[in-house]
Amino acid sequence: MTLLSVEGLTIDLPGTQPGLVEDVTFEVNEGRCTALIGESGCGKSLTSLAVLGLLPPSVRVSAGAVVFDGVDLLTCSPRQLRKIRGGPVGMVFQEPMSSLNPSMTVGDQIAEARRLHLGEGRKVALARAKDLLDRVGIPNAARRLAAYPHEMSGGMQQRVMIAAAIACDPRLIIADEPTTALDVTIQAEILSLLRDLQRDLGLAVLLVTHDLGVVADFCDDVVVMYAGHIAERTGVDDLFYRPAHPYSAALLAAVPQAGQSRSRLTVIPGRVPTAGAFPPGCRFGPRCAHFTAPECARPQPHGRTRCGRVASGDLVLEGALHG
Amino acid sequence: MGIRMIIRRLGGGLLVLWLVSILTFLLVHLIPGDPAEAVAGENATAADVERIRAELGLDRPVLEQYVTWFTGVLRGDLGRSLFTDKTVVDSIAGSAPPTLVITLMAIVVAVLVGVSAGIVAGLTRGSRVDRAVSALATLGIAMPSFWLAMVLVSVFSLTNPWLPATGYAELSEGFGTWLSHIVLPSTALGLATAAELARHTRGCVADVLTRPYIRTARARGASGGWLVRRHILRNAAIPVVTVLGLQAGRLLGGAIVIEAVFGISGLGTLAVNAVLQRNYPIIQGYVLLCAVVVVLLNLIVDLAYGWINPKVRTA
Amino acid sequence: MTLVTRRASAPKIPGPARTSPGRRVLRGVLRRPAVATAAGFLLLLIVLAVAGPLISPHDPDTQDLGNRFAGLSWTHLLGTDEFGRDVASRVIQAARIALAAPLISVGVAVLIGLPLGLWAGLRKGLVDAVAGRLADTVLSLPAMVGALAILAVLGPGLVNAMIAIGIIFAPGLFRVVRGATLAVAEETFVDSAVAIGSPTRRTLWVHILPNIAAPLLVQVTILMGVALLAEASLSFIGLGVQPPEASWGSMLKAAYTNQFDAPFSVVPPGVAMVLTVLAFNTIGDAIRDAVGLRRGR
Repeated sequence: MTLLSVEGLTIDLPGTQPGLVEDVTFEVNEGRCTALIGESGCGKSLTSLAVLGLLPPSVRVSAGAVVFDGVDLLTCSPRQLRKIRGGPVGMVFQEPMSSLNPSMTVGDQIAEARRLHLGEGRKVALARAKDLLDRVGIPNAARRLAAYPHEMSGGMQQRVMIAAAIACDPRLIIADEPTTALDVTIQAEILSLLRDLQRDLGLAVLLVTHDLGVVADFCDDVVVMYAGHIAERTGVDDLFYRPAHPYSAALLAAVPQAGQSRSRLTVIPGRVPTAGAFPPGCRFGPRCAHFTAPECARPQPHGRTRCGRVASGDLVLEGALHG
Repeated sequence: MGIRMIIRRLGGGLLVLWLVSILTFLLVHLIPGDPAEAVAGENATAADVERIRAELGLDRPVLEQYVTWFTGVLRGDLGRSLFTDKTVVDSIAGSAPPTLVITLMAIVVAVLVGVSAGIVAGLTRGSRVDRAVSALATLGIAMPSFWLAMVLVSVFSLTNPWLPATGYAELSEGFGTWLSHIVLPSTALGLATAAELARHTRGCVADVLTRPYIRTARARGASGGWLVRRHILRNAAIPVVTVLGLQAGRLLGGAIVIEAVFGISGLGTLAVNAVLQRNYPIIQGYVLLCAVVVVLLNLIVDLAYGWINPKVRTA
Repeated sequence: MTLVTRRASAPKIPGPARTSPGRRVLRGVLRRPAVATAAGFLLLLIVLAVAGPLISPHDPDTQDLGNRFAGLSWTHLLGTDEFGRDVASRVIQAARIALAAPLISVGVAVLIGLPLGLWAGLRKGLVDAVAGRLADTVLSLPAMVGALAILAVLGPGLVNAMIAIGIIFAPGLFRVVRGATLAVAEETFVDSAVAIGSPTRRTLWVHILPNIAAPLLVQVTILMGVALLAEASLSFIGLGVQPPEASWGSMLKAAYTNQFDAPFSVVPPGVAMVLTVLAFNTIGDAIRDAVGLRRGR
């Protein structure tokens, strides 16, 4: 049932920071949605890019494996990797405006994957692109094929991105903050589109986000990342009812809650440490309300949670919801 | 690009041409002292001076002179050379072909060499090839084209008698002969522009490579030639075309010196001699022609730009 | 290659506690090997230009017709020319023109372009409209063609040629200054200076000029190289330096005439010129990169 498994993934910024992302392990199961969450700069986008080997040239994977459908994408041939990109794995990025080619019609961009992977001619692929535009809810699809990205709104552009990502009937969609750059009302539309597609096409989704609302709405499994480490891996219910890492608990506390307008919004003090300045031991330590020396200054356990105190039962955290 | 846009650009071009016509007309009047005497030279007789004064129309009020001259220009009448009986139009038409051929071929050389070198360098940023291209481009920009011409002559004509060192041949004298005479001049003229283009193209390609949409295309399975052709080149071409337009005008100026090196009697030679002899009608005609060519080039570049860049086309 | 990283990696330099950002940029730029080499070369050129007669191995104008086109030797390091004059001494002598000629052109360009650009950027209005149009018109001509037209009025000669080049440069400089001034004039501190009644001239000197110094410096440095090339071109076609005065450009013309007899004579003035232009360009580009200006057209 496991479709994608990331095992011990470690990404270095050579010369400055070994372990920009360190020993990250998680799975995405067939037909389910896994969320990768954390503040910006915690390495979640890098992790998602590493899956398809799309990391910028300045960073590199130094250890680990990314196994998709039995194939390790980190060691397979470039040819094999190209077959998987845009084929069984589709990808949706944030900021559709800059992620779509400005000098290519949206029709050609959607048709591209089919031409590359299925060898379809331009005409056939464009006809299919029209169906895909219909599928993602763009009115006047036939006419829109010839439009350029700048002639569309942000929401429409993101629908085009999604149409291009599902062009070859993928089994997995990796969505890197697909709604971050959009207006709030549009965000909801895009998310519900993704949810419909997931259900109808039986897609597995790896959703990178920093929005806990999206996670609650949409996801089954959750991977919480902090400063290049996985803080905890859990199910969505457990995250909200029984967080197993102080960082998860702090994130939950920082979400404004409907109907509790008078309660104070809790803010996590400090900032995510930048690459090159990670503290020894627990990377969340300096900002953690439960920091205790010397336990927290030592390397933390791997497993469901990366907090030694929670793992040993020494610390019990409060969820955002009680039930 | 919409019709309205083209008309606006055309209007802008015509305005510039009109202003150039005023400046060129005023050239004669900016000469300190009596222009007629200055033009006639020290050994001229009073009759000569009067003849030149009449020829230049200097005996009438300035505005009237301009109107007469400008209506003539509009009818294609640029006056007569002061020292031969030929009309300015005939003199220019007689000298233009070699200059235009060499300039055009220089553009071809510049684009072929510069753009391809720039693409390769941009795609392989940081590689040995990239560093070699960048170093050569820096050198090419700092090198006077006529010196390059002399070096080329010394290698390809004097040391190895492969190509003629001087002169121009009509196409009617045979394609091979014609080509052998224009290879060295257009290469010497075009390489500096190739250097500019290579530098610019490299920067544009390297910049496009960092754009998120390239990552999207790669995430879709695009790679190699497909990625370069469909995603990189078209987007990188947009700024390169602009630079090419600006550089093409410069080539016309550079041709003056190149003609001198290769002993080709083209427009540049005509203009230099006209400056030395103070043959103002010829200079005015030459300047106007150059302005027309540059304005036309800019218009073509604008059209090409609109064709490549969908954001302009639909605006 | 950001400034921040370079500054962070650089050793602490003892010096005045408060250095202006401009000086810091300059110091950072000068620390790069290529720029230091270029600056060193220009310095050498200045020394040669000033102290040339003391340094040259021979008198650059002494003819020795029995010894024409001599090859390289210890007496004549770079050989002799068609009149048997020492090429090395003549290259050194021409260094003066190589520095002076661009200075004339750039000086003329600054004299015209700077005040007009400042005025147009700060006050806009009629000056801006007229000067802008005029600049467009002049820029629509290739530089050499424009220079030729102006030389038709002024008559040939080195100084006239360099003035003509300067006039042709002026519109470009005007645009750079105007653009930079416009950008600075948007800043609030200029508004507040105007608001508290600072006179225009003071606003210009105290608030605007220091802030447009960087783009101006870049433009001026690059123009020095272009001007040298233009001088050489004009001298080559006989509109610049008149004999017996020698510039690298006119030496190349002579070398060109005698290319059959003395193919090597093309090399010394050409190399001197390329190195000088390269030095100007290297410094200009480095300053441009350091202050984060985009590479202009």
